[in-house]
Amino acid sequence: MKPLLTTKGLSRNFGGLRAVDGVDFALMPGEIRAIIGPNGAGKTTFVSLLSGRIRPSSGMIVFDGADITAMPAYKRVRLGVAYTFQITSVFANLTAFDNVALPVQRTLTDGRSKGQVRSGVMAALERTGLADRAGTLAAHLSYGHQRLLEVAMGLALKPRLLILDEPTQGLADGEIDNFITLVREIAKDATVLLIEHNMPVVMQLANRITVFNSGKILAEGTPGEIRAHTQVQDAYLGATHG
Amino acid sequence: MRDASPATTYALHIGVIALLFALNFVLPDYHQGLFARIMALAVFAMGYNLLFGYVGLLSLGHAMFFSAGLYGAGLTVYHLGWGVPEAFIAGIACGALLALVIGLLALRTSGVAFMIVTMMFAQVFYLLILYFAAWTGGDQGLVIQQASRVVSIGAASFDLTDPTVRYMSALALFAVVLLITLAIVRSRFGRVLVAIRENEERTKMLGYDTVANKLVAVVASGAICAASGAAYALLFGYVGSSFASIQYSILPLLWVLLGGAATTLGPLIGTLFMYYVTDITSGFTSAYLLIVGVALILLVLFFPKGVLGSIRERWLGWLP
Repeated sequence: MKPLLTTKGLSRNFGGLRAVDGVDFALMPGEIRAIIGPNGAGKTTFVSLLSGRIRPSSGMIVFDGADITAMPAYKRVRLGVAYTFQITSVFANLTAFDNVALPVQRTLTDGRSKGQVRSGVMAALERTGLADRAGTLAAHLSYGHQRLLEVAMGLALKPRLLILDEPTQGLADGEIDNFITLVREIAKDATVLLIEHNMPVVMQLANRITVFNSGKILAEGTPGEIRAHTQVQDAYLGATHG
Repeated sequence: MRDASPATTYALHIGVIALLFALNFVLPDYHQGLFARIMALAVFAMGYNLLFGYVGLLSLGHAMFFSAGLYGAGLTVYHLGWGVPEAFIAGIACGALLALVIGLLALRTSGVAFMIVTMMFAQVFYLLILYFAAWTGGDQGLVIQQASRVVSIGAASFDLTDPTVRYMSALALFAVVLLITLAIVRSRFGRVLVAIRENEERTKMLGYDTVANKLVAVVASGAICAASGAAYALLFGYVGSSFASIQYSILPLLWVLLGGAATTLGPLIGTLFMYYVTDITSGFTSAYLLIVGVALILLVLFFPKGVLGSIRERWLGWLP
């Protein structure tokens, strides 16, 4: 099977800092991949390069066989690379309905989905359990619901690759359980790449884990392999679980 | 747009148009003339509102789009002897073309830089009008004779200097532009424009080419403002450089802020309000600008989102 996404020598400098440093990475279709690593390891910069929010200093990104290194972010979205933000950035002054209508009408315009805006929106809201809040302004939703709305917007883009940046941050325990179920469901028809600090979530969800440290890939493997990896324990697990 | 029933929304807008139609037969001559002027200028405000209210782009140069329409229509009638309909279309075309060029250049910037760039282009436009005084009449302007302002359709002919014809022409333009604006803001495109205003980065990450969408909005806004300018030239028979001055870039901003940015009917209310406050107070005192200023301050204090914006926030969430 050919990888859905690969990077070759992907780097990004901020001044003298090499935030992402020569990363070779491959993601297989259908997998749930977690990226972990200490703060400042370059995780968010790395996925920002994948989504096109920032440009690489050097290196190459290939998505589904096509070189997308120089492609602007909005075109990558149309190819099926969706990104949900670390800091919740739903449209606060729009209703939950309108928030999801934006990605839905995008896929309709691109011919990647069919039907009415309304039915597409309600389907995405139902999947995330927000259907009864369609008419509520996003600003009036609870934090947990805003995170779910963010996921609903990602879903509505009909992504082939869904990048989730710390999706469970700030969620209550009960909400996290629902979230895990939701991601498993999404993974039935999309590849999921998530940055996550909550180790139980990572261990339950991920098929494979990539560990970042100082802008480089430190280790990669199944949850079991990563748990047993001594360098990872030093760099990350040891630091947080003391 | 919360729980907006399309029927209610369209009924409201048709109702406003019907009310303005009825006013023609009730208003005394002076106010009939004033209303015609207000409706023509409210179109200018609506064009401005499309860009400022919905897309969140604050331009300080919209006088150039208004005067592109004004001169585009006025000069073709004056120098080339064009008929009213052709001149009106020429005016809109000038505004749209100018907006396309300005949009391509100015949209490389945003925020304060966009304000400054649009203002500078408008100043260039203003100075060009003065420079080519041989054709434009410079700061004296040009008067378009009554004979050039008659529209013949088949056997019928309409004299735009006749108060009722003038009122109805202004109303027709106002109604068409109001319904176009309403259709735009209720469309998918309108939703994208609002999204750009709220968070442009996020909108890009939903797959939208925000620059292209903004450019379309600038051209639409420029064309609507030019339609207002062209109508003004043809209905009131005067074309002058004062309409290209900075004052006419600030006025639509003021009208829109007063009536309520990002509301379809706000521009009309703002224009109406400003005209009547000025009109009434100048009847009492020569220091009427002072009273206008106080009225503006009170309005900003108690209706920070403009008349309709505040009404929508407090009572009528469905107002478009």
